[in-house]
Amino acid sequence: MSLTRRDFLKVCGGTAAFLGFSKLQILEALAQAKAGNPPVLWIQGAGCTGCSVSLLNAVDPDIAKILLEIISLKFHPTVMASAGEMAMAKLYNAAETYDKKYFLVVEGAIPVAANGRYCIVGEWKKKDVTMVDLTKRLGQQAAGVLAVGSCASFGGIPSAKPNPTGCKPVQAIFKDAKIKAPVVNIPGCPPHPGWIVGTIAHILTKGIPDLDRFKRPKLFFNDNIHDNCPFLKYYEEEKFAKTWADKEACRIKLGCKGPDTNSNCYNRIWNNGVNWCVDNAICIGCVEPSFPDGVSPLYEQTTG
Amino acid sequence: MTKLVIDPVTRIEGHLKIEVDVKDGKVVDARSSGGLFRGFEILLNGRDPRDASQITQRICGVCPAAHATASVRCLDSAFKIKPTAQGRILRNLVFASNYLHSHILHFYHLAALDYAKGSETEPFIPRYEGDYRLDKATNDLVVGQYLEGLKMQALAQEMVAIWGGKMPHVSGFVVGGCTATPTVEEIATFKKKLTVVKKFIDETYIPTVYLVAGAYQDLFEIGIGCKNFISHGVFPLDDDDKNFLFKSGTYTQGRELPFDPKDIREFVKYSWYDNSTTGLNPRVGKTIPAPNKSGAYSYIKAVRYKGLPHETGPLARVWITNSVLSYHANKFLGLSDDKEVCFRDLGDKAFSILGRMIARAEEAAMVAAAMEKWTDQLKPDVSGAQEIKVPVNAEGVGFSEAPRGSLSHWITIKDKKIANYQVCSATIWNANPRDDQGIPGPIEQALIGTPVADMDNPINVVRVIRSFDP
Repeated sequence: MSLTRRDFLKVCGGTAAFLGFSKLQILEALAQAKAGNPPVLWIQGAGCTGCSVSLLNAVDPDIAKILLEIISLKFHPTVMASAGEMAMAKLYNAAETYDKKYFLVVEGAIPVAANGRYCIVGEWKKKDVTMVDLTKRLGQQAAGVLAVGSCASFGGIPSAKPNPTGCKPVQAIFKDAKIKAPVVNIPGCPPHPGWIVGTIAHILTKGIPDLDRFKRPKLFFNDNIHDNCPFLKYYEEEKFAKTWADKEACRIKLGCKGPDTNSNCYNRIWNNGVNWCVDNAICIGCVEPSFPDGVSPLYEQTTG
Repeated sequence: MTKLVIDPVTRIEGHLKIEVDVKDGKVVDARSSGGLFRGFEILLNGRDPRDASQITQRICGVCPAAHATASVRCLDSAFKIKPTAQGRILRNLVFASNYLHSHILHFYHLAALDYAKGSETEPFIPRYEGDYRLDKATNDLVVGQYLEGLKMQALAQEMVAIWGGKMPHVSGFVVGGCTATPTVEEIATFKKKLTVVKKFIDETYIPTVYLVAGAYQDLFEIGIGCKNFISHGVFPLDDDDKNFLFKSGTYTQGRELPFDPKDIREFVKYSWYDNSTTGLNPRVGKTIPAPNKSGAYSYIKAVRYKGLPHETGPLARVWITNSVLSYHANKFLGLSDDKEVCFRDLGDKAFSILGRMIARAEEAAMVAAAMEKWTDQLKPDVSGAQEIKVPVNAEGVGFSEAPRGSLSHWITIKDKKIANYQVCSATIWNANPRDDQGIPGPIEQALIGTPVADMDNPINVVRVIRSFDP
């Protein structure tokens, strides 16, 4: 564990909920943190790799530090050097070697229609390996599971009506297969890199963070976007944007889903503090289980 | 003859399996198999057409701005609205930033480990062993740049976010233009970041690509492919779509032809789709999955242009446009600095693994240079958006070029709802299986002839595949 106290404050900072997590507690937690980088297996199902691309934008600590100093990434289809049989052997060997000790990260939803054949993730012993079979197999042996992104957390875009491939989130797959490994959902399409890194940091130092009813860390998903929105005053003044050109106005009539959405995007801000959806356009509610069907049509007022 | 399967092909976007037949140390046949079907074309039906630009971005997290661009251009055409100059330039700048991000990410983080040995730690081990030819100093240089490249791709994503809202998946692309109203401050911030990324491309990325190419000269003769190219044109330079930074056109059996969308057909005999849907133009395309269809081996439809497979991507674009290359190319080819070298001056070397890598790097520099001009054309405090009205019934099509190649979105609107939506993306052009005539797709063809010295470490096979940036 090479996460410094400064790193940890930075990755978790910026939320009201975090204030309950005192500096002293963090210092204690870090002092207790076990030596050695925990093994992480990262698998991808019905997704777009956007969650991984988002993680590449992590700052303080940046992605290089995370990969080289904080975790030991045994398997990740987008970054690992190996391929094919060599990669699959690595995956299965790591699962045996670190039985009940590794963290499984799932990115993407898990299609179960057609016996899982809508998502073939590899070949092992001359047989196709489906995402659903791999998720169950690795889930059984994992110490804990991070469902990264809205697809893995709640089904997301591929599970949108009529859910053509029978996509399910990790927790539903585990429930069906009676897998007991704890699951933390880090939704978002994609999730902010700070949410992924912050959750990992919390798990490594203090264990699983407090979760809301959707198994999301309250650290990042406790605040309502609308109630904390810098444009809230315009809502209260009933000054509503009618076109995209109306910048000094509330976006709710353009379709903003802020009132139904809980995350700290409003003060976390994206891409190293450059911008966020509501400043640029509208919130589309991508961190909620209702995304996307419950927030459609995106550009019509559906809330507030 | 021995069969070799690589599944998963890693360091790409998506799920790809490659199967090759090897005889006397060379690939004699290849099959490319896309292993994921999500059904975007099905789940878009019945939705508000405006939502397509958000939903289709989720096809690819590496190039969401490409799908956003093709989708809003498709909607522009259906809604019969033309973006303003400000809207066009904003779209170009956001999308071009995604190009810089994607090209840097491809070379350093997806492809480079096929040429340089990474750190002796996971996830950089295990790796295919054998053919690494960089001396220690050069290898260390590339590995160092892997880390620097991580910062640069993130910086390029920050540029996407300035007017795109966030990245991956931009909030700012809407029918009729862009939601942003750029401020003087934002323009200055964008320029500052662009200067840093452009410098990295000009002074680090391109020379390193030539440095690597110098150590692997034989890879100019491997991964040749079908030698047919297609480009839909990208980065409009005027408001009437007359001129593009990279023009639209095809290079078909050695002839330069204008691109005609009517000549696109998608075949499914070897794809997991219902046979009744074969041979359709995407305007009237249908997507009926048949995951248990016997004889089929991919979720990718076999798209053909004038009945022939066509490669797409940076190589196709700079070949068709015949772009002028950087002075690094002069040095590499041993020509004096004052001579203007165009991409086709590479001759047959262009049709290769290294031809694709050079095209991509040179293209990144061309895009970055154009972005400097576009940034100066922005008008501060002018909105990029327009008011729009959803049509009751309409048809539309949007053409663009993702960093990895030609991309088209096709829509039919009935009663203000999506009645049909088809997407024909870059990897559908490059990684497709055999068509109904049995003709292999571009990557399948490019693999033929690839030397395989060691069946357990088929490094040249993955070099060919990754040169397409699938």
